[in-house]
Amino acid sequence: MAWVRFRKKDMPGGLWTKCPSCGEMIFSKELLENFKICKKCSFHMNTTVDERVLFTCDVDTFDELYTDLAPVDRLQFVDKGSYGDKLKATAKKAGRLEAMTIGYGRVLGRECVLGVMNFQFLGGSMGVVVGEKVTIAVEMALERRVPLVLVCSSGGARMHEGALSLMQMAKTCAALARFADAGGLYVSILTDPTTGGVTASFATMADVILAEPNALIGFAGPRVIQNTIRQELPEGFQRSEFLLSRGQLDRIVRRDEIPQTLFRLFEYLVPVAPEQIVAPARPRFEASTNGHDSSDKAEKAAKDKSGSRLPAEEGAEAGKDEKKKKKK
Amino acid sequence: MAAKKPDVPTTPSLDFEKPIVELENKIRELEQLAQQSQMDLTTEIRPLKELREKLLRQIYTHLTPWQMVRLARHPNRPLTSDYVQLMFDDVIELHGDRAFGDDRAILTALARIGDERVMLIAHRKGKTTEERMAANWGCAHPEGYRKALLKMKLAEKFGLPLVTLINTPGAYPGIGAEERGQAAAIAKNILEMSRLRVPVVSVVIGEGGSGGALGIGVCDRLLMLEYSYYSVISPEGCAAILWKDGDKAEQAATALKITSRDLMALGLVDEVVPEPLGGAHRDHFKTALSLRDRILAALKNLKSMPMDRLIEARYERYRWIGNGDELTQQVKRARLRGGRPEVVAKSEP
Repeated sequence: MAWVRFRKKDMPGGLWTKCPSCGEMIFSKELLENFKICKKCSFHMNTTVDERVLFTCDVDTFDELYTDLAPVDRLQFVDKGSYGDKLKATAKKAGRLEAMTIGYGRVLGRECVLGVMNFQFLGGSMGVVVGEKVTIAVEMALERRVPLVLVCSSGGARMHEGALSLMQMAKTCAALARFADAGGLYVSILTDPTTGGVTASFATMADVILAEPNALIGFAGPRVIQNTIRQELPEGFQRSEFLLSRGQLDRIVRRDEIPQTLFRLFEYLVPVAPEQIVAPARPRFEASTNGHDSSDKAEKAAKDKSGSRLPAEEGAEAGKDEKKKKKK
Repeated sequence: MAAKKPDVPTTPSLDFEKPIVELENKIRELEQLAQQSQMDLTTEIRPLKELREKLLRQIYTHLTPWQMVRLARHPNRPLTSDYVQLMFDDVIELHGDRAFGDDRAILTALARIGDERVMLIAHRKGKTTEERMAANWGCAHPEGYRKALLKMKLAEKFGLPLVTLINTPGAYPGIGAEERGQAAAIAKNILEMSRLRVPVVSVVIGEGGSGGALGIGVCDRLLMLEYSYYSVISPEGCAAILWKDGDKAEQAATALKITSRDLMALGLVDEVVPEPLGGAHRDHFKTALSLRDRILAALKNLKSMPMDRLIEARYERYRWIGNGDELTQQVKRARLRGGRPEVVAKSEP
């Protein structure tokens, strides 16, 4: 419930970006090409919706739909200002009408439905339209018989829409129940932070639950827990690694390994004929001028490999794995 | 049904109740005096009783949302244990989630209500300090939700309708709860209840605290006692976050639209069950009696529906919940265009 305000100073801008964790100054373009992971300390920085799409889908494959569904202030909610005004200002800044973006896309050639939550939009909170778009995403995946991937990041249900928000937990879960009954594959990716009504509904109802490293994931926020129990919280409490050790997640996956992981899961659980896999038309990142863009090279190299069923990045990844094994 | 018990409190626990409770104490004193001294004080008592009635009507017809929240939490408000006594017969409690423990914050039991055999699933708050501690003040842990799910599945297997009584400030926010997957336990219940193949009637009898309430509250009919509330977050929590001031709970309670009438107007609640004049805590028996009638009527209606239609109706109920007609129509139109935005005819620049 408690959504944290996005701080402006965390926004990437300019040529150089300072890692909020270790303080390393990183060339912004280089940071982007490293999936916004700090090269020094592997800290996963916040992403925008467009960056998340870029980091997940093949270039130019994401077809964003239902862009015109706008939230409505049905309660005429007023706190320090009106919710209606807040919505307008937030939408203008975000360039989108809601905290949820959905569409069809391809991950290393495999078609899927991708949904991305935007934490910068009122803490990624779930109001009626967010719930509606999650549900539509489920229905889209069901209709086209493709896997569903939801990248979650949210402070929980949106207070400004009261119990209407709360009911979106039921709406999304009911749709997921039908999707599951029809044999659909749903993978959720929990990113920093995912809490409240989103965790207590669709985020944790996936067939496979992945999480980025060190993401805050929980039902209640740590402050609420601390105020309730009035004792120190254990080290690393509610972080991905903590949840994994308590059996609440399937895997922790680095952001740059998400496409490969998704592709492999798709191929294990819902394989398709090779001709249905469309190789990415272009590498994920434009040719770099500074010359140390390794992932780009790897992609190209993998593409040249003939006879491989694995598309570009997957091939590159498999190659890396082999190298690792040899080292051992 | 058990005999009527005196429910009227002798000390006011809410400020706006104070004049009424004082008057009631005076009436009681006079009545006792009349009994002890064998005097006829009817002429003295009657105007006081009339005044009490008038005062109750005055105060209770103009309650603010925040006052209703406080009534929903009133220490003398009937709890699950009262309804078990007054509304149900032949109750057999079934304990435990068969994995971790038996959460006392949720009662799961086989019960008869009228001629119906049902599975009762209800938040439990407890009356005495000891009971309250055992029930964790009505804040359930994951094992409570998992116990509830297990018993729901049992009910489904043997065709028993579900009656759930909601009365929780919220699911417990603690270390153990998080470690054992509080969020996933609630989500799982919500998902499974949406497709449970038995009729489900839920009643908010006091506090409908967010996900902790919804975790046993996905249903075919949602009833609310008049002075109960149902909210996405507690007014105090909302005030602390949006106003940055926990004392603004009164404003938050109004803004959140959490009263039974507000939620009825928003289309989230099917029926508001009126409470006796002065609130449920003034007459447990009467409250239980009218609630029992409403639950039985809802069950009768739901049981007459073929199962597939019941499940379809439940799905449709939640599929469009909260949208309002406009958004629902917009989504249906957008579907026909494959999710593309409406093309607005623009004149060439």
